[in-house]
Amino acid sequence: MQLVGTQFTSESALAGNDIATVPDFPAEIRAPAGTLAGVSSFQVNISSSEIFTAGDEPNVLVAMNPAALKANIGDLSPNAVIIADRESFTDANLKRAGYTSNPLTDHSLDKFQVFEVDVTKLTTLALQGTGLSNRQVVRCRNMFVLGLISWLYQRPIESTVSWLESRFKKTPEVLDANIRALKAGYNYGETTELFASGYKVPPAKIAPGVYRNITGNSATAIGFTVAAQKAGRPLFLGSYPITPASDILHELSGYKNYNVYTFQAEDEIAGVCSAIGAAFGGAIAITTTSGPGVNLKAEAIGLAVKVELPLVITDVQRAGPSTGMPTKPEQADLLMALFGRHGEAPLPIIAASTPADCFECAYEAVRIAVKYMTPVILLTDGALANGAEPWLLPDLSKLPPIKVEFATNPDGFMPYARDEETLSRPWAVPGTPGLMHRVGGLTGEHLTGNVSYSPSNHEMMIRLRARKIAGIAREMKPLEIFGDQEGGDIVVLGWGSTFGPIREAVKQTRAAGKKVSHIHLRYLNPLPKDLGEKLRRFKKAMVAEMNLGQLLKLVRADYLIDAIGCNKVQGRPFKVSELVSRISRALED
Amino acid sequence: MATALTRKDFASDQEVRWCPGCGDYAILAAVQKAMPEFGIPPEKCVFISGIGCSSRFPYYMNTYGFHTIHGRAPAIASGLKISRPDLDVWVVTGDGDALSIGGNHLIHVLRRNVDLNILLFNNRIYGLTKGQYSPTSERGKITKSTPVGSIDFPFNPITVALGAHATFVARSIDVEQKHLGEMLKRAHAHRGASFLEILQNCNIFNDGAFNDLTDKAIKAEHQLVLEHGKPLIFGKNRDRGIRLNGLRPEVVTLGNGVTENDLLVHDETNLGLAFMLGNFEPPMPTPVGVFYCESRPAYDAEAAKQIEMVTAKQGKGDLNKLLRGGDTWTVN
Ligand SMILES: Cc1ncc(C[n+]2csc(CCOP(=O)(O)OP(=O)(O)O)c2C)c(N)n1
Ligand code: SF4
Ligand SMILES: [Mg+2]
Repeated sequence: MQLVGTQFTSESALAGNDIATVPDFPAEIRAPAGTLAGVSSFQVNISSSEIFTAGDEPNVLVAMNPAALKANIGDLSPNAVIIADRESFTDANLKRAGYTSNPLTDHSLDKFQVFEVDVTKLTTLALQGTGLSNRQVVRCRNMFVLGLISWLYQRPIESTVSWLESRFKKTPEVLDANIRALKAGYNYGETTELFASGYKVPPAKIAPGVYRNITGNSATAIGFTVAAQKAGRPLFLGSYPITPASDILHELSGYKNYNVYTFQAEDEIAGVCSAIGAAFGGAIAITTTSGPGVNLKAEAIGLAVKVELPLVITDVQRAGPSTGMPTKPEQADLLMALFGRHGEAPLPIIAASTPADCFECAYEAVRIAVKYMTPVILLTDGALANGAEPWLLPDLSKLPPIKVEFATNPDGFMPYARDEETLSRPWAVPGTPGLMHRVGGLTGEHLTGNVSYSPSNHEMMIRLRARKIAGIAREMKPLEIFGDQEGGDIVVLGWGSTFGPIREAVKQTRAAGKKVSHIHLRYLNPLPKDLGEKLRRFKKAMVAEMNLGQLLKLVRADYLIDAIGCNKVQGRPFKVSELVSRISRALED
Repeated sequence: MATALTRKDFASDQEVRWCPGCGDYAILAAVQKAMPEFGIPPEKCVFISGIGCSSRFPYYMNTYGFHTIHGRAPAIASGLKISRPDLDVWVVTGDGDALSIGGNHLIHVLRRNVDLNILLFNNRIYGLTKGQYSPTSERGKITKSTPVGSIDFPFNPITVALGAHATFVARSIDVEQKHLGEMLKRAHAHRGASFLEILQNCNIFNDGAFNDLTDKAIKAEHQLVLEHGKPLIFGKNRDRGIRLNGLRPEVVTLGNGVTENDLLVHDETNLGLAFMLGNFEPPMPTPVGVFYCESRPAYDAEAAKQIEMVTAKQGKGDLNKLLRGGDTWTVN
């Protein structure tokens, strides 16, 4: 299903639609097929206008078995189209999904438009004479379905054909079968009078330029690679596999000709430590993981804070605590990112808001790390990581510069002397004559970095590093308010992947005449200087996040603003409708 | 270098702060003496340590240095060496640092064979935290945390390293300056991860742990100096040796029909022999020297090769291509 979803998305993007996707799959590699736990789904929203989410309520559901129907039926819009593979609704499958009677025949689906299609039979017929085994034929069912929905939405299938050609280059008979199934599905839609007509989704009006479809993890990997190339340094990734972050490791491992070193370490601690070693040597050093890995890395991140080396830690957040729901998104690592180290160990935190935004955020994280000689935490999440959207390719020449200037002059060199403006220390890498020095976790003396137990020096160093991080706010552009610039009845504050649903909900409530606005944060530490003042322009402030109120706590603590929480921790993004009703309730209160 | 390097070039201006009489001083002296002989300028050398008395080492070397966190030095050094193969990278660690909290990193750095020189100062105790037993402490050790004796079985650093498929495994002793100097040289010359265990006296919390091996009066009876291609002979009068009895080693006295020809001859390239010698515990003599040395590609060199190979095949990365990976479309 993930494959069909991805291909349908590509076809739609090529047709010029705006798109947003949410893949959803079980954590188990081979969860028992036919059970609710084993359902793998892919939700895609295609539109002729700008969209921000994969949609609350799908209009069409393709259910390959009873379990898929059961798992998703609760989300469908009234009168939605259900395309069901009739043959898979066997007694055994119904039982496995927990149905006591067949929903295709018991009238429980009467409020939907149900189309029963014998997918297996039709695919088998289409592949007659190919000599493929039964199992191979069954594997082509996906392509039949893709063909069918491609027809339903009038998507050209050429791009899928060429994709199949490259995928099955080595097995012409499998390639032929897949193309036959795809075309059979398409023709089936056209020739049978099953559906009255197809849907037409004209191209969306979006900014001109060259686009590609991108997932958050890909955008993150590319962002880091571009940043390192702009810095003129090798990229070093130290990482240990973990869902949903592993794809960044996979992708970067394929970029060796971009001077990218990927080191699959023995654990997350070694992942971050190897990156710290590489940073000491002058590489653009990063580590990628999810929440459990950040827990393990905490001590080493503290070391990087203390010695002041540039490093980016990416936390692709997933539902916790503990192993939680590894494939599901959550935003409950914010306070860990901020405070999850012993001692006073502040560091900058940046959160990406859409899959494509991961590119800019990864790039920005490297820029800040190098400029301020500090570890930076980049927060994304499972929804961004695997979700996709069209990405307007950036003009590389317009990206902010990443300047790496290693110290070289031994005259009066001091490893902890500071730049007057940024308070950052010099990056003096091994191999440079005359600059030999020692760094370490023990408190160091101002300027020399030599071990020091002076009480006043200890406090001075802590305050200097805190000021250095706080000072990053100087660079931030004024926060954008979507909605009423001078203030209104309520502002919804968000961060990270909640961007889409919040923006859509605010648009809808504004269209209904309400004075609702949206502020979305990229920088979570330090917070933008104008945040407090801008929030105060509104009668009410609501913080929407996929946790129990972490940013909410910060807003209340930092600005003494009596903000309202809007919280969901179900391992699923907010639905627009949930936010709309929460906003309405807040307006009435 | 215009002028030859001296040990002074490798000594930093920091006051050395180990307890008077600590074996770490002797190791520092041996390293500072050996370094100039390698002919590598100090700025190309990096000492990376974890946490412990031993891990203070980098502060005293006038090279680049990184005193990191407990147990993690091998991982930090790996990242540095992989991304900067031009540097001469050393790891200094203790028995607790390397074998307890950092055990995982140690075995993996050895199996990967990253080109590092790893010096494990084994004093069979936690020095810095004031005297708890360590993973190399003998069973029954009475310490503050084991008032009626420790009950866990100790690790033997040599066999741990061999078990992790280290490509260079050796042992020396803090006070045996000449031998230690030779072992440092051998370790440095080896391409790949070199593992050198240095028996080190902690005169505060575990004084005399290696007395048998260092007391001039008796050490010859307890030290078995390993030399490649030479028979395994020891003893003040060099009259005792190691012979195989079936598959079991035994100590024999030369004479009475037993000759050198009956003795085992050391072979650094024989892993089975290395394991056997590594397992020697009293009353067998304690071997010092190179147990095992094998040539296997180093991880850092292989990583660099892959980058070169892929770059040669695909050309230097072009960012515009990178951005355009996958299908693109144009909106006017
Ligand atoms: C995470 C962490 N846990 C515990 C400690 C405390 N600690 C510091 S050194 C050490 C043991 C050191 O023993 P060893 O490695 O044998 O070094 P030695 O002092 O004997 O040279 C311990 C437990 C620490 N610094 N960090
Ligand atoms: S406690 Fe022991 S190991 Fe540590 S410095 Fe003192 S003598 Fe050396
Ligand atoms: Mg010790």
